[in-house]
Amino acid sequence: MSRVLVGVKRVIDYAVKIRVKPDKSGVVTDGVKHSMNPFDEIAVEEAVRMKEKKLASEVIAVSCGPAQSQETLRTALAMGADRAIHVEVAGAEYETMQPIHVAKILAKLSKDEKADIVIVGKQAIDDDSNQTAQMTAALLDWPQGTFASKVEKTDAGLTVTREIDGGLETIKTKVPVVISADLRLNEPRYATLPNIMKAKKKPLKKLTAKDLGVDLAPRIKVINVEDPPKAKKKPLKKLTAKDLGVDLAPRIKVISVEDPPVRQAGSIVPDVDTLVAKLKEGGHV
Amino acid sequence: MSSHRKSVINLYKTLLYLGRDWPQGYDLFRKRLHKVFSRNSEETDPKKIEIMIKHGEFVVKEIEALYKLKKYRTMKRRYYDDS
Repeated sequence: MSRVLVGVKRVIDYAVKIRVKPDKSGVVTDGVKHSMNPFDEIAVEEAVRMKEKKLASEVIAVSCGPAQSQETLRTALAMGADRAIHVEVAGAEYETMQPIHVAKILAKLSKDEKADIVIVGKQAIDDDSNQTAQMTAALLDWPQGTFASKVEKTDAGLTVTREIDGGLETIKTKVPVVISADLRLNEPRYATLPNIMKAKKKPLKKLTAKDLGVDLAPRIKVINVEDPPKAKKKPLKKLTAKDLGVDLAPRIKVISVEDPPVRQAGSIVPDVDTLVAKLKEGGHV
Repeated sequence: MSSHRKSVINLYKTLLYLGRDWPQGYDLFRKRLHKVFSRNSEETDPKKIEIMIKHGEFVVKEIEALYKLKKYRTMKRRYYDDS
C-alpha cells in the first residue's frame, strides 16, 4: 500500500477566451473563471482509482498558488482525495514562479508526507511548461513515468505505458516513482455538488514556501506577452469577363424548355400468366 | 407527494449546479430549467413524478457526459495534431 501525492494547478478555465493585458505584462486573470488544469484532473482521477483498487492507502492533493487555489483543492477532494495541502504563494512571487519551484515544493512534501507515488498532469494549459514531473523526479532521485496513458501494478513496482511520438512505450519502474498523466490515461469523474459539500469537511493544511525551505526568488522576468497572430483574411478576387477580355456575346438562342413527359399509370395484374402475356404483348420478353 | 419533494428539490439543485458550466451561459440554462420544472409542478400522480425524476437523473448524466466530451475534444484539438 502506498501513499499518493497529486499535484493540482489552478488555471484559467479551458473554455475561456484568453485576453492579453493592454500593457503586455501578462494575461487578464481578474474576474475570469478558473478551474483545475484538465491534465491534473486526470492525475487526480488516476490516484483515486488507485485507492479504489486498494493499491493506495491515501491520496493527498497539493496546490501551490494564491488563496483561491483552495477551491481547486476542494474539487480534488470532491473527486476523492483524502486530504489537501495548500502552499500559499501570492502576488509577484506567484507571477515569477517556475516549475523548478513547484518541483522543489513537491519533492519536499513527498519526503515529509512519506509519499511513494507522485502523480501530476503532464503540463498545465496556461504556461505549457511540461517540466514539473521531470524535475520532481530528478530532485528526489526517483524514476519517472512521464506521459502515462496506462498505469498498472506489477510485483513490487509499476508498469507504465507512455505516449511517445508515433507509438507507445511500456516501461517498468520501481516504487517510489513520479508519474505524469497524459490525456488518454483515464476519463476524470465530475465533482458533484454533494461531494463538493462533503469535501468542505476534509482536512486542508496551509503552508508557505518558507515553511518548506523553498526559495521563491525569481529566476525569470516576463518582458512581453503578445496575442497570437490573427488568422489572415483569405482573399476573394472579383473580376468581370471584360477584365479577362472574353466576349460574352450570345452564341445560342433558347427556343423552348419543356417538362419531361409524364409517366403513364400502370395496372395491377391478377397472376403471373397475365403478367407474362402482357409483357409479350408489349414486346418486352 | 412529500416523499418526492426532497428528491425533486435535489434534482433541481444538481441541475442548477451543472448549469454553471453550460456553454451558452448560466442564465439561459436557469430560465429553461425553471420553465420545465414549473410546467410540471402541478403533477400529483406519484408514478408520473417518479418517471419525471428518472428522466431528470438521465439528463444529469447526459450533461456530465457532454462536458467531459467537450473538454476532451478541446484538449485533443489543442495538443494533439494527429486528429
